[in-house]
Amino acid sequence: MILDELEARLRPPARTMPPYPPKYIVLASGQPLVIRQARRDDFPILLETVEPLARVRKDFYDIVASRMYAELLGQYIHRLLDPYCLVGTINGVVASIVNGRMIDERRGMSYHTLTVHRGLRCGAHMFAAKMEYHMEHLGQDEVFIVAESFIGFKRWMIEYQLESRPDFQHELGGVPSYCLTRALYDTYKPRLVAGTRPVPPEILATADTLILPDEYPQIPGFKR
Amino acid sequence: MRQVGIVGIGHTKFGRMDFDLVDILAWSSLEAMKDAGISGGIDQVFVANMGAGAINHQTAVASALVSRIFLEPAMAETVENGPASGASAVKCAYMAIASGMADVVLVTGGERMREVIPWKATDFVATLTHPDAEYAYGVTLPAFGGMYTRAYMERYGLEERHLAMLAVKAHRNAERNPFAHIEEMASMGGIWDGPHRDVVNPIMADPLRLYDMCPVSDGAASLVLCAMEVADRFKKKPIRVAGIGQATDTHCVHNREDILDLKAVRLAAERAYTMAGIGPKDVSCAELHDAFLILEVAISEAVGFFKPGEAKLAIERGETEIRGKRPINTSGGLKAKGHPVGATGVSQIHELVKQLRGEAAKEERQVKNPKVGLAVNFGGFGNNVVATILAKE
Repeated sequence: MILDELEARLRPPARTMPPYPPKYIVLASGQPLVIRQARRDDFPILLETVEPLARVRKDFYDIVASRMYAELLGQYIHRLLDPYCLVGTINGVVASIVNGRMIDERRGMSYHTLTVHRGLRCGAHMFAAKMEYHMEHLGQDEVFIVAESFIGFKRWMIEYQLESRPDFQHELGGVPSYCLTRALYDTYKPRLVAGTRPVPPEILATADTLILPDEYPQIPGFKR
Repeated sequence: MRQVGIVGIGHTKFGRMDFDLVDILAWSSLEAMKDAGISGGIDQVFVANMGAGAINHQTAVASALVSRIFLEPAMAETVENGPASGASAVKCAYMAIASGMADVVLVTGGERMREVIPWKATDFVATLTHPDAEYAYGVTLPAFGGMYTRAYMERYGLEERHLAMLAVKAHRNAERNPFAHIEEMASMGGIWDGPHRDVVNPIMADPLRLYDMCPVSDGAASLVLCAMEVADRFKKKPIRVAGIGQATDTHCVHNREDILDLKAVRLAAERAYTMAGIGPKDVSCAELHDAFLILEVAISEAVGFFKPGEAKLAIERGETEIRGKRPINTSGGLKAKGHPVGATGVSQIHELVKQLRGEAAKEERQVKNPKVGLAVNFGGFGNNVVATILAKE
């Protein structure tokens, strides 16, 4: 009993957040990328997906995967306040993961974007979905973002022309903070945010049970 | 003149490489020497490179390569002719051997372009344009590609879907090429008539879309060439260099009488055909410089494969597929194999050698019984072009 009480004191207050309605994007390959909110029962698979990338010393996968692992674990064991995670799948296989959290009603914080399946711009679509969640479903006006990789900087800071907010202390530490404002989102949405809703049931069903990637282009010869 | 053959080929994977430029060059060079069955005995080295000085802060890369792979005291030069540097280096090798100055020559083309961010690389390539009349106004090669495509579409009725069909072909071929930068398939349902086309395949330089353009790549390709009279020293049968033609056109594109007439391509091909004693109908397979997919279309017409405006019909009929009547860019082309500018001309010839030897069969992209291959390496925006013809003996 005492442990339950202690656990209750450790947990941040739970707040119900609006759901992210699933959507799909037809990729250049013709395959649908289904993007949906991660459920609690998905987290063991998500953690197992991310873990091997924490040792990839290329394109900053090591730091991004390490941090995302901690964030997902934090969400799973109730150590984060108002977090969310979206997962993108191709034929059920985890292709990309994004996460973040609400700061308050008007402001959000983007954490990380991690892509396993490279070459089809899955990461770009997932980041766009994350911004869509903050702006259109959480109804926020600002999302605070940092980049910890060159690819991230090109994709977010430059493609969305994010506003520099050096005085904002992002939770990820010291790298300079940027902000997606509603005006910027509305400007870039037609070019960068895609997706169709509702997802046809037969396509959505492929994403119901997540499948671990059995290969990682980042890890030649990977064997699980 | 002495006859010249190719007895060794080497290639790195194209893409992004975390090695310094000279290591990249060394890798493919050693592969080519291994393929030829030699560990030395090179008289001359030519390195094709465009960007080392500007991008990698390194010059004299031919000297550096010689020393990295212990080929001293071989003669060595770096050859720079913009994106046609590779074929120009092969031409230099041909001249060195044909003249009797060298018996065995190593040609390696390579770049490390992804050391800088993509638009820096685009800007660097744009320095080949006229500094006052073009570059100063913001012209880039993708901009030229877009303008050329629009003009071509208006005159000949080419449609965007034809380019999408070429992109799908390029990705399909590259997917079977272990050296290709792009490893993902593309489909018409994704890049052409898919519901999210404008986000998945956005316009980059109107009317060219993302999938109509080559990526920025690192990588290298190498050849060992020799005088045919010493070819029996090597492990594999030589593929003969049957013809080389080169031609130039005005530096400023706007000074051309007809912007759509790729005169330097036409003349380079004619000269190569004349030297080889063949015509376009004799070519079994071709590697054409498709930095933008419109160039595969326009070059295929300029070299005489199709009448002006009719390449689109060949695309519709699938004639340029590996199993088609006129296979083009079986490697995936620059579009999907990648385009490390200095490497490209050498890589095109690498692919032709592979096809003529029958070695593409194990990658399931072998052209049926090829006898003659044509490569066109397009420098500038068509102002310095080298055409090379190889023949199976």
